[in-house]
Amino acid sequence: MSDVAVIDVEGLTKTFGGRRVVDDFGIRVERGQIFGFLGPNGSGKTTTIRMLCGLLTPDSGRGTCLGHDIIRESALIKRQVGYMTQRFSLYEDLSIRENLDFIARIYAVPNREHAVGEALDRLGLTKRSAQLAGHLSGGWKQRLALAACLLHDPKLLLLDEPTAGVDPNARREFWNHIHRLAADGITVLVSTHYMDEAERCHRLAYIAYGKLLITGTAAEVIAHSKLTTWSVSGPDLFGLAAELRSVPAITMVVPFGSTLHVSGTDAPALDAALGHFRARPGTVWTPAEPSLEDVFIRMMDEAPDNFNA
Amino acid sequence: MRFNFSPARCWAVLTKEFVQMRRDRLTFAMMVGVPIMQLILFGFAINSDPKALPTAVLAADNSIYARTLVRAIENSGYFRVVQELTSEAEADRALAMGSVQFVITIPENFARKLERGERPVLLVEADATDPAATSNAIAALLTINQAALNRDLQGVLQGLQYQPPAFEMRVQRRYNPEGITQYNIVPGLIGVVLTMTMVMMTSLAVTREYERGTMENLLATPVRPIEVMAGKIVPYIIVGYIQVSVILLAAKLLFAVPMLGSLALLSFVLILFIAANLAIGYTFSTLAKSQMQAMQMTFFFFLPSMLLSGFMFPFRGMPQWAQWLGEILPLTHFLRIVRGILLKGNGMAEVFQNAWPIGLFLLIAGTLALTRYRETLD
Repeated sequence: MSDVAVIDVEGLTKTFGGRRVVDDFGIRVERGQIFGFLGPNGSGKTTTIRMLCGLLTPDSGRGTCLGHDIIRESALIKRQVGYMTQRFSLYEDLSIRENLDFIARIYAVPNREHAVGEALDRLGLTKRSAQLAGHLSGGWKQRLALAACLLHDPKLLLLDEPTAGVDPNARREFWNHIHRLAADGITVLVSTHYMDEAERCHRLAYIAYGKLLITGTAAEVIAHSKLTTWSVSGPDLFGLAAELRSVPAITMVVPFGSTLHVSGTDAPALDAALGHFRARPGTVWTPAEPSLEDVFIRMMDEAPDNFNA
Repeated sequence: MRFNFSPARCWAVLTKEFVQMRRDRLTFAMMVGVPIMQLILFGFAINSDPKALPTAVLAADNSIYARTLVRAIENSGYFRVVQELTSEAEADRALAMGSVQFVITIPENFARKLERGERPVLLVEADATDPAATSNAIAALLTINQAALNRDLQGVLQGLQYQPPAFEMRVQRRYNPEGITQYNIVPGLIGVVLTMTMVMMTSLAVTREYERGTMENLLATPVRPIEVMAGKIVPYIIVGYIQVSVILLAAKLLFAVPMLGSLALLSFVLILFIAANLAIGYTFSTLAKSQMQAMQMTFFFFLPSMLLSGFMFPFRGMPQWAQWLGEILPLTHFLRIVRGILLKGNGMAEVFQNAWPIGLFLLIAGTLALTRYRETLD
C-alpha cells in the first residue's frame, strides 16, 4: 500500500487580484512520507496547502487527496485531514481543555473525554488544562495546535510553518513526533523555512513565485542543481568575497561561519576561474558538498527570470 | 450535501459560543445593562407631550379680562408664566434667546374693544423651531379661550358670551386615554434594544472569527455553515429573552404599563423578531472584513430602524416612500405587535398581519446569510 499516492494533484492554479499566486502546480505524495514544502515568503506555499484541504477552490487543475476529488469532495477530505495553520487559530479565550473538547466534538471523535484526556496527558498539560490558550507561550501553542490536529486520527497532516518562532529544543521534539507519526503511516506535508528541517523530510518541493521549481529527495535536489562548491577559509574573507562575486564563472558566494562557500554551475570553468585565488597566501581551499541552502538560494536567484521568460 | 445537519456539531459550536460569551464579562454585562439603562433613560426622559412651557406675558392692558385669560391659559397646564415684559423688543429678545417658548401679548384697550364687541386680537407668539414641543400647547390654547370669559361677561355684556355650537364633538382617546408617553415608548424599547444588541452581537461574533484567524481552523473542519449559524444564533436568542424579561418587568414595576394581551403570544412573536435580527446580523458578518466594519453596518441598519419604524416619530407622518421603506423593517411590524398586544389586547388575528412580514424578512435574510457564508477562504 505504500505506493498509493495520498496527494496527487496537477495543474493547480490560483489567481488573486490578477496575480498568479500558484501557477500550474502538481505533486505526488505517497503514504507515510514527510514531504517538505520550501520557498520564499509569498511564494504560494500557504495557498497551495489551502487548496489541498478545501479551504480555497483552485481556478483550474485537478487531483485527489486521500483518494477524494479536491474540488467536489472537499467535505470528505476535511474529515481525514489535520490542518495546522500558520497563525495560531484555536480560541485564545477558551481554556486548553475547552479547545480540545470543541475540536473533538466537531470531528465527532468517539469516546471524546478519554481522547481529550489522553491528548492532555501526552502534551503534559493535564494540570494546566484550565488555563486559557491565549496565555500559552509560542512553543506551547504550537504543541496544543498539533495535538488538536491529531485528535481525530487524521491520515494526512498539513502543517503550515509549524515551527516558526519555536525554540530549537521544542523544534527537535516536534520533528521527532512527526517522524513517529510518519512511521505509523500518517502522511505529512510540512512547509518550512529552516534548512535543517528540510533535511529531515523524505522528499522536498521548492516553490518560488507560484511555480514549482523542483521536487525530489534532498540528495536529488542537490545533484540536480549541478552546483560545484568550494569552501575557503583565510584572512579578510569579506574582501575576498567581494572580489569573487565579480568573477563570471562564480554564481554564488555565501559566507558560512568562518568560511565562504563559493559555487558555480560549470565545474571546469569554476576551477579555471579560481586558479589564481588559490595561490593567495593564507587561504585554504577544500571541495565542499553544496548545501540545500546553496541550492535554494541559487534557485531563488534564477526564479524571477523563469517567471518573466 | 449542503443541508446534512449534525446536531452534535451544532451543539459544539453553541456551547463554545456560550463559554466565550461568559468569558467576555463586559459584553455580557452590557447585554443586560443596556436595556436597563435605555429603559430608565428613555422611559423617564422622553415625553412627547411637554407641559409647563416657559411663557412671558406682555400686558398693555391690565383689565380683569386680560388676567382671566392668562390664568385660563396657565390652567391648561401647558403654560407657565415666568416673565412679565414691558416692550415688544423685549419679547423678541426673549424668544430669540430661547428663555421662553411663548409670548402672550395683550394689546392696549383690550377690555374696551372687547366690551364694544370689536373682537380684539390676543397674540400668542410661539418659538416653533421644534414643532413637537409647541403643537400640543397650541392645540390646547384654541379650546381654552372660548369659554374663559363667560364668567366675566355678565349683565349687558352677556351677549358677548361664547355660545356652544349646535352639535357636540366627543373625543375618546382609546388604549391610552391619558396620553402617557411611557405606554408608547417602553414597549417600543423592547424592539429597539433587541434590534441593536441582536444585530450587533451576531455580526461581531462571526466577524471576530475571521479577524482572529480562528475561522481558518473552523473552515478546515467538517462543520457545516448551517451548524455554525444555528450554533451562533441560539445563544443570542436566549440573551434576547433575558433582555425582554428585564424590560417587561421594569415596564410593569416602574412605569405600570398596561399588559392587556397574552404574553405567551408576545413571546412567540419574539422568536420570529429576534431570529430576523440575528439573520441580518449574520448577513452583515459575511460581508464585513473586520469587527469595525460589522459595527458600522449594524448602525447603518439600526438608525433607519429607530427613525423610520414609528418608534421616534409617527409612522403615518412620513411620506409614502418612507412608509414603504419602514414597512420592510422588522422593527416597524414588531412595534405594532408589541403595542397592540400590551395596550390594545390584540390577539392572534390582529398580530398575524404584522407577523408575516417579519417572517418573510427572516426567510430572505436567512437565505442570504447562508448563501453568503463562505465555506472557503476565497
